[in-house]
Amino acid sequence: MTTDAKSVYVPLWRVRLSLFLKSVRSSWAMFAENPIGLIGLGVIVFFGLFALAHPVLMHTDKVTFGLVDPIWERRVYDPNMGFDMEISFHPSPPSARHLLGTDPQGRDILSQLMFSTRWEFVLGIVSAVITVVIATSVGAISAYYGGVIDMILMRLADLVIMVPFLPILIVLSGMIEVGIWELTLVIGIISGFGGTTIVIKSQALSVKVKPFIEAARIAGGGDAHIIFKHMVPNLLPISLLYMMFIVTGAIFSEAVLSYFGLTEIEMSWGIMINFTQTQGYLLRFDTWWLLIPASLAITIMCAAFYLVGRAMDEIVNPRLRRR
Amino acid sequence: MAVEQEPLVQVRHLKKYFPITRGIIQRHVGDVKAVDDVTFDIYRGETLGLVGETGCGKTTVGRTIIRLYEATDGEVIFEGEQLRSLRGSALRQMRRRMQMIFQDPYASLNPRMTVGSIVAEPLTVHRVARGAEKKARVEELLNLVGLNPYFAARYPHEFSGGQRQRIGIARALALNPDLIVCDEPISSLDVSIQAQVVNLLKDLQVRMGLTYLFIAHDLSMVRHISDRMAVMYLGKIVELTDRNEIYLNPMHPYTQALMSAVPVPDPEVEEQRRRIILEGDLPSPANPPAGCNFSTRCPKVMEICSQEEPEFKELKPGHWVACHLY
Repeated sequence: MTTDAKSVYVPLWRVRLSLFLKSVRSSWAMFAENPIGLIGLGVIVFFGLFALAHPVLMHTDKVTFGLVDPIWERRVYDPNMGFDMEISFHPSPPSARHLLGTDPQGRDILSQLMFSTRWEFVLGIVSAVITVVIATSVGAISAYYGGVIDMILMRLADLVIMVPFLPILIVLSGMIEVGIWELTLVIGIISGFGGTTIVIKSQALSVKVKPFIEAARIAGGGDAHIIFKHMVPNLLPISLLYMMFIVTGAIFSEAVLSYFGLTEIEMSWGIMINFTQTQGYLLRFDTWWLLIPASLAITIMCAAFYLVGRAMDEIVNPRLRRR
Repeated sequence: MAVEQEPLVQVRHLKKYFPITRGIIQRHVGDVKAVDDVTFDIYRGETLGLVGETGCGKTTVGRTIIRLYEATDGEVIFEGEQLRSLRGSALRQMRRRMQMIFQDPYASLNPRMTVGSIVAEPLTVHRVARGAEKKARVEELLNLVGLNPYFAARYPHEFSGGQRQRIGIARALALNPDLIVCDEPISSLDVSIQAQVVNLLKDLQVRMGLTYLFIAHDLSMVRHISDRMAVMYLGKIVELTDRNEIYLNPMHPYTQALMSAVPVPDPEVEEQRRRIILEGDLPSPANPPAGCNFSTRCPKVMEICSQEEPEFKELKPGHWVACHLY
């Protein structure tokens, strides 16, 4: 055993940081090899900037203290309340003033699209986090205890998978007002007890039989200690992977529900399509700018998260690695 | 032979059966008799070597004593206290006095914890030390097993097998236990590292007054570290005696066969050495032969062997054998 390091004492946090950076670098190297993942990540970054650009373009006095005029006048470009009086007929086709045209109420489509993007991110990521927290805990508990607890939780998962997701949300929207946060919570909870749990549980079963779990028990660790200190950290990579797929599902569900007009969300991609339909412009190809931007955004964003998930799968799951 | 014979652990008629179930209603159709009526003592400060071929139940004995498995029947008495009846916090307290070193140093360390937190884990869960005190103790332990205390911030995958086993030993020592069950601690290491680890264990035993139950299948290594040796065959102990006695004067035919397989580092002796080759396979522990377990393969089998189970009796002081020959 060498003792050369004794003289140079490095603080623990710096060692941890360098190890963390090292693992990030090696994971990134693997990720970057995969063009699919890079395309997905690029699209997500683009949408992220797209969402961030909206408050900049629309900035209020809160940001600039009234020193600079906003690029987009709130009166004209507000995604919900705006109206362009200088154009006589709405919906108007794309022009220099409105890059993606206006909707039947004279609101700017691009502004709506950008404003919605922010909320799609919030919805997707928050519900994915809720799902992963629930699914990881439930999966680990189910695998660890086995027996009756396992049976109850797994039958519950079967039930959640069996009962179709959208009808539940439709029924729910009849009972409560489904705003963006309620929807996030419901999607998070329902997908947390469903299929993701089963996948994570199967992983947890293989972690449970590792000798370090026995070592922890001999050290005197209780059930909670073993589950949350030993099993959950070893399940996190696969949980993070599933997070990506859940983002896709959440955005898609929101779009469908909003299209049916079952949510109380102010503005979202789904609402934009819903509005097109309720105003009777859905199947008119001469007003394509009402329908195409929102639908395309939903498709591309869902695809992007899915592609990133696929690329992460290859990092998390060594059997899929090509080298 | 150990002079003071104060038993630390007394194992009496210990049995561990694993049920065999079949069908969707988990019908109980039989038992794998992994450990079938085992009786022995472990004296304070000694090393009891437990040897036997693969699948004979030696690991199960260790795990049942330390309560990783619940015994089917029998008693384990640790310093006068019945271990099998302990529950909850009493069991947790008892765990401070018994620790285990695992066979596979690659799988027995959590890959997502630093070495420091692995070694400190027993201290953390028993709330023995915290903060600077804990850190100092971890450094002390790492020094004790010959690792640089600077390694505390690293992760297990950065270490070699021998180093990882040292980490496992440091973890086992953290709470100053009385008994350490070593479950084949060296069999997954390189030969050159095996000697290092065994010598470390011996050294620690002298310094800390530890008692070992040393489970292994490498006979020469067990002889090197043990004070007494127990030989297991198909869930039973067939012979238990002093380590030199068992080499010089093995009495049970199975022990004789086992000992004849150990090579002697002297070409002349080695040439004259007569090997006893056992025939047949190890019978299934789910369906052991009637009478003596070893009767199906024994070169000296008699009529009584397949009818009556031999008694495990003390033939000479400290020399226990279960065989109808004596």
